[in-house]
Amino acid sequence: MDAFTTLTGVAAPMPVANVDTDKIIPARFLKTIKRTGLGVHVFDTLRYDETGAERPEFVLNQEPYRQAEILIAHENFGCGSSREHAPWALLDFGIRCIIAPSFADIFHANSFKNGILPIALPREICDQLMEDAKLGGNARVTIDLARQVIVRPNGEEIGFEIDAFRKHLLLEGLDDIGQTLQHAPAITRYETGVAQDKPWMPALSIA
Amino acid sequence: MKPRTLFDKVWDSHVVETLPDGTCVLYIDRHLLHEVTSPQAFEGLRLAGRRLRRPDATIAVVDHNVPTTDRSLGIAEEESRIQVETLERNVVEFGVPYIPLLDARQGIVHIIGPEQGISLPGTTIVCGDSHTSTHGALGALAFGIGTSEVEHVMATQTLLQKPAKNMLVRVDGVLPPGCTAKDIVLAIIGRIGTAGGTGHVIEFAGEAIRALDMAGRMTVCNMSIEAGARAGMIAPDETTFAYVKGRPMAPQGEAFEQALAWWKTLPSDEGAHYDTVVVLDAAEIAPQVTWGTSPETVAPITGAVPDPMAEPDEAKRAQMQRMLAYMDLTPGQKLAEVKIDVVFIGSCTNGRIEDIRAAATVARGRKVAPGVRALVVPGSGLVKQMAEQEGLDLVLRDAGFEWREAGCSMCLGMNPDKLVAGQRCASTSNRNFEGRQGPGGRTHLLSPAMAAAAAVTGRLTDVRELV
Repeated sequence: MDAFTTLTGVAAPMPVANVDTDKIIPARFLKTIKRTGLGVHVFDTLRYDETGAERPEFVLNQEPYRQAEILIAHENFGCGSSREHAPWALLDFGIRCIIAPSFADIFHANSFKNGILPIALPREICDQLMEDAKLGGNARVTIDLARQVIVRPNGEEIGFEIDAFRKHLLLEGLDDIGQTLQHAPAITRYETGVAQDKPWMPALSIA
Repeated sequence: MKPRTLFDKVWDSHVVETLPDGTCVLYIDRHLLHEVTSPQAFEGLRLAGRRLRRPDATIAVVDHNVPTTDRSLGIAEEESRIQVETLERNVVEFGVPYIPLLDARQGIVHIIGPEQGISLPGTTIVCGDSHTSTHGALGALAFGIGTSEVEHVMATQTLLQKPAKNMLVRVDGVLPPGCTAKDIVLAIIGRIGTAGGTGHVIEFAGEAIRALDMAGRMTVCNMSIEAGARAGMIAPDETTFAYVKGRPMAPQGEAFEQALAWWKTLPSDEGAHYDTVVVLDAAEIAPQVTWGTSPETVAPITGAVPDPMAEPDEAKRAQMQRMLAYMDLTPGQKLAEVKIDVVFIGSCTNGRIEDIRAAATVARGRKVAPGVRALVVPGSGLVKQMAEQEGLDLVLRDAGFEWREAGCSMCLGMNPDKLVAGQRCASTSNRNFEGRQGPGGRTHLLSPAMAAAAAVTGRLTDVRELV
């Protein structure tokens, strides 16, 4: 995973609530066995018409939002399926940060695992950022993770909250499996305890 | 000791370690794998030179991609076949128990977990699929995870998690005739919204939940995720224990008795704290049907399509207008007058034998309306066998329904079972998102009995008029 430190880029406005993961990446694109290459299909149904031609009205088909690295949206972003193909597709397109009033839990967790920073802020602040985003290429937004601030195009800074452990992993670009394996002795102790306390727990096998 | 909820008890008994910021290393008892969300996780293990820590706590099956027609000739669609073959190679390389496509026990992962006794009360169960919440019906803490977390569980048998908040959804009273578990859960989602459960684990309780059989409880917990909850749970009771007893992979004999003694301690303590409490009266629930493209856009079948102009919030009004345009519905239109093209009975929400019985009861002696295509897709090969032993396949076939092989099928349209653009489907599945059942397809979520009623009349129908 790539580290996330600071990011300055174009923010795309997507003033829609309940953007579900089927919308981000429809199920027909989940047949891949790779993590990469899904960017071309991100928001497929919104982005292309039946003939495969781009829909000019869709924000990511417009300049400068084709280069967007930040997405601003409304409540409950990423609801629905647990498919990690959703953050994979966004990342492959170039999105590294999503700002919305709220996120669905599984999407929120999946984003961090892929170096995408989801920032939850009150709706009024998201609305301000949405207006900034509508200004286009002259309105670049900066995200400074270490200081936990968003710098608006007018220079105003907006603070945001983030879980300390997740911040650490993002800043360092750390694989959390490696972190957890440092607790391997505790996991082994737990397993030994369970074998004593729950001797009835069956091992799974298919005869 | 402080009174604890069912969730608190299952959580506490699985904490391996608590990190300084409150993040817990949570032990996972059961890891279920399928072909769509596992290949990148296996690849990750391979690239890092890691092994799968607990193959004996892991099980794999194919369900999302598989055709529901005769499978003896293999899978025609190349990408689907490659995904299935990739899983088959991975389970051999990493030593994971696997139920192959042609095995009678094959089926939707959330149907076979309980059916085989893999899912047990008080356990932690995860799977790279959001409907893992289904298994919470047994009193397990069960939730969906992404592929990175699948890999994390493979390598460590744990997840890094912070505890969720507790939400109690209590459904008091007795459900009226013609109403089912699906109507309960749709009514709950209609009440609290698709983000109503975010950050929470919902415990479903109350007289109407207690009265449900295990299939109904699974339907309710299955759709917890549609309310945004991390998981749904129901306290285990005699109904649960009777269901688990004798299942192939459940504890047997003396071991079952030992397990039972612990399971009986799991229900929430008197006075346990819930962060949020929602109460519904079952007597007020009518058969439900969705009209929009979010599971929260639901109404009683006796109702009408709502008018966006009555919505004061501009953004919400625009969203409703978009939904109605997509669904080709007009404000004020009576739901019971909406004509349908396709009926889908199946999925991890409603693909159990009880669901097929409910559909067959309505279909018996009737015919699928002209021009309507109706599919019945059992949730597992064993559900299919049982239905055939009961003669339900004949009842349904005689009525003009298609009787198919087990899989996820038209719930998400990854296999050839898809809607064509513009088709309208009465579906027992769990999501009515735009394009979910096929690009341009329109989905109305409802119960199996309601779906069968729609099949025979050709329109959304109040099943109470037919029984």
